[in-house]
Amino acid sequence: MSIDSQFVHKMWNDHELSKMVEGGIPYPMLSDAGGKVGTVYGVYDEDAGVETRGRFIIDPDGVIQAYEVLTPPVGRNINETFRQVQAFQLIRETKGGEATPSGWKPGKSTLKPSINLVGKVWEEWKTKQAFD
Amino acid sequence: MTEKSAIGCARPTGGPVGEEPKDVGIPVQQTHKETQTMIKVGKKAPDFVAPGYHNGDFTSVKLSEYLGKWVLLCFYPGDFTFV
Repeated sequence: MSIDSQFVHKMWNDHELSKMVEGGIPYPMLSDAGGKVGTVYGVYDEDAGVETRGRFIIDPDGVIQAYEVLTPPVGRNINETFRQVQAFQLIRETKGGEATPSGWKPGKSTLKPSINLVGKVWEEWKTKQAFD
Repeated sequence: MTEKSAIGCARPTGGPVGEEPKDVGIPVQQTHKETQTMIKVGKKAPDFVAPGYHNGDFTSVKLSEYLGKWVLLCFYPGDFTFV
């Protein structure tokens, strides 16, 4: 979503993005002229008249599980976004029975929060797991 | 999801997804300051409708029509920007 019209979206997709992604952008490119939606989401920069790089993960109940907002010159890390979605999906599947510690990614061990884990996280999770 | 008809301007519906707007009579412009505080993790996302371009057609998207699915909502400064 940006403040550009759907007409400009079409031009950008047809003339540039379709040369980066075969078949063009597969999801809807939304237009928010005037930044009304961006204002509600807190990402509309009134001075510049544009929207900052806001990213919101919304679950099947419509609940915002995560968001990240960057100023325009720095691009996003889509792998980190997918990792977060996968983590939130796992939490949802286990109904909160599992939690994903720092550095978790699919295939790595989770924590099972309970009274027995209090003070014992150091046994289950090693600092290097945050970085590998 | 997306539909071809009824393409208007993008606007927040004034309430969270899946719920009726609370202050129906108040223009959206006057509720901006209040609704801005609606963004919190663990809370419902503000619903909106917005025109767009998808699969070669102009469409209209309402966020609440995606209930039941995971949604990644991304804002960016502008088309043809470099990053």
